[in-house]
Amino acid sequence: MSEAAPITRSADVLIIGGGMAACWAAIMAAQAGVEVLLVDKGFVGTSGVTATGGPNHWWVAPEPGRRETAIEERYARSFGLAERDWMARIIDETWRALPQLAGYYPFAGDGKGGTFYSGVRGPEYMRALRRFAQDAGVTILDHHPSLELLLHADGAVAGAAGYARLKQQTWTVRAGAVVIATGGCAFRSGLIGSHGNSGDGLLMAAEAGAVLSGMEFSVSYSLSPAWNSTRTLPYFAARFFDTEGRELDVPPPMSGEAAHLRALARALETGPVLADLSDAPDALKRGLRRIQPASLAPFERKRIDLFRDRFPVRIFGEGTVRGTGGLQIVGDGCETSVANLYAAGDSATRELVAGATSGGGAQNAAWALTSGRIAGAAAAAHARGAGRRRDAPVKAAGTAGLRPASTARLPDAREGLPVIQAATIGYDAALWRSGDKLVRHRDAVEAIWRTIADHGHAEGGGAVALREHAAMAACARWILAAALTRDESRGMHMRIDRPGTDPAQQSRLLVAGLDRVWTRPERGAAQEIAA
Amino acid sequence: MIAQIFAERCTGCQACVAACPTHVFDAGTDGVPLIARLDQCQTCFMCELYCPADALYVAPEQEGEPGLSAAEALAMGQVGRLRHDYGWDRDAPPEAPHLQDFWQLGPLLREGAEIAARRYAKRKAAFEDG
Ligand SMILES: Cc1cc2nc3c(=O)[nH]c(=O)nc-3n(C[C@H](O)[C@H](O)[C@H](O)COP(=O)(O)OP(=O)(O)OC[C@H]3O[C@@H](n4cnc5c(N)ncnc54)[C@H](O)[C@@H]3O)c2cc1C
Ligand code: SF4
Ligand code: SF4
Repeated sequence: MSEAAPITRSADVLIIGGGMAACWAAIMAAQAGVEVLLVDKGFVGTSGVTATGGPNHWWVAPEPGRRETAIEERYARSFGLAERDWMARIIDETWRALPQLAGYYPFAGDGKGGTFYSGVRGPEYMRALRRFAQDAGVTILDHHPSLELLLHADGAVAGAAGYARLKQQTWTVRAGAVVIATGGCAFRSGLIGSHGNSGDGLLMAAEAGAVLSGMEFSVSYSLSPAWNSTRTLPYFAARFFDTEGRELDVPPPMSGEAAHLRALARALETGPVLADLSDAPDALKRGLRRIQPASLAPFERKRIDLFRDRFPVRIFGEGTVRGTGGLQIVGDGCETSVANLYAAGDSATRELVAGATSGGGAQNAAWALTSGRIAGAAAAAHARGAGRRRDAPVKAAGTAGLRPASTARLPDAREGLPVIQAATIGYDAALWRSGDKLVRHRDAVEAIWRTIADHGHAEGGGAVALREHAAMAACARWILAAALTRDESRGMHMRIDRPGTDPAQQSRLLVAGLDRVWTRPERGAAQEIAA
Repeated sequence: MIAQIFAERCTGCQACVAACPTHVFDAGTDGVPLIARLDQCQTCFMCELYCPADALYVAPEQEGEPGLSAAEALAMGQVGRLRHDYGWDRDAPPEAPHLQDFWQLGPLLREGAEIAARRYAKRKAAFEDG
């Protein structure tokens, strides 16, 4: 309950989120000399998928021809939806920025006599970014989830409001510019580090009028022991067996058309799947503890020898975390389609650098770093010019879960989560999409969204949870609408009823709307989809 | 899921209350935090990393009953083990930094994928021959 008086503050730039994108944005804005406030749902250092991961950044030296070659290789995998200029930009910015962390992150050798910069371990990376941001003058407010944006009369974003959960107080921040860096939406799949990644920023931005892009590209999974989602390094050489000891026909991890995932998903639908890591590289068996200790703990704490014993596995849905959909970027400064609002990291579309395939494994981290830095700098410059407009009247933009359209009688929406999960990360729904399945799931999710929008209302910590469920429902609606409109297969969007790629649909696909969801190609006429 | 806070080790510093990203703990009246929202625990082990007294144990099971009890984990040396493996319980000597092997992640991942690809090709070939 909100007992104490509300917290009210102002800043030039407000950053919403506390992962790598948020921190890099905050650092750049503060270095530009403006006042920066960062609000995170969790704790900057442990929250988000960066902290539990260990992102390897796209890392290409500025040597003649090398970057051009790298860009062409990756462009070829983007199914025509990436932009070479953006790819060049993230390679260059990442190369310049990461070494700046040297005073904060314990960089070590690269095995060849140089320094290894490109891959960083999550907890140490986020601890370093926190200290770097604080030294740059950023004010960090941990455990301050944002619930909604505030709007000026002209529709420009004026700040945000939320709930300080340790203090049990509501908060309001007025700002000249706001950066959304709330990460992707993994639909509570259990994916490592993703509990708070429920798409809140996408909902808040959409309520302010922002448009999304690439939401159909949200079909990504990571393999882990069935009882604990870990990083995937240990499992690349795995063989797979059923409980009778029969080896399963599972194509290797990097096969096309998600063959690896599809084979695992089909097998998992019929019964437990056991992994056997006896073939793993010897250096991995010897060195895993020193490289990625958190991948070992789930085994040791069950008395399982992961390289000798067979153990059950599962694939955990990643939604838009390693999918590529998110807020549409309309300018070189990571502007969204709403004035004063910027987006960075997994909450922004990564199609600009990865197109229709996952940018996991290098591009997503380089994007999160670069888009953060770009958004932070652009937001600072904009806020300096436009000012905070502190005294102008504003209105709160939040809808579902905060201001029900009808009677308030639903304080908790977790009952609907299994339906949302089945529609978005359910193996059959996601890996074998088809028009009729998409329609069925769309209608089921629509009913849940309606109930939350019409009747959802909670206070304090309950409001945070309810908004998370509203956001997941909203993300599911956008994903299903986009997947239905994209009447073809392209990259990770695989329609069994439309197996081929259609050259006429080589365009990014926009989706937005709350009451009514609409879609349209980025270049082309609007196409209304009946909600 | 977070299984236990060992009261006899806990100094009441409240670091875990702040560091848990999903707001699982409440500050306790006797200094030892309370596990107040177990349903929000994402089994990320971060509280163990941030506890300077090695007073917490996170069971690896995201759902259901843990295989080992917290007491068994303590007896096995698992309590505090993860923080030690990360090197967060001590400074590293300059000639052997904590992350000196981290560069191997990419090469080992690729090697694993290549092993799987070679083995699969062989298996397919054998299948076609036979
Ligand atoms: C297992 C795994 C391995 C990966 N490996 C790689 C790799 O090797 N290379 C690569 O390029 N990419 C990799 N990725 C992807 C990469 O980690 C992400 O692209 C990147 O970390 C995203 O950073 P972010 O800051 O956008 O999001 P996150 O780190 O997820 O941060 C989101 C933040 O937003 C906060 N937040 C959410 N909602 C709210 C709210 N309502 N109010 C306030 N704050 C909120 C959260 O608390 C969190 O701090 C991997 C991803 C996973 C899951
Ligand atoms: S394991 Fe993670 S989510 Fe669970 S209590 Fe510890 S820090 Fe919090
Ligand atoms: S961090 Fe450790 S010592 Fe400090 S309060 Fe939490 S459990 Fe106790």
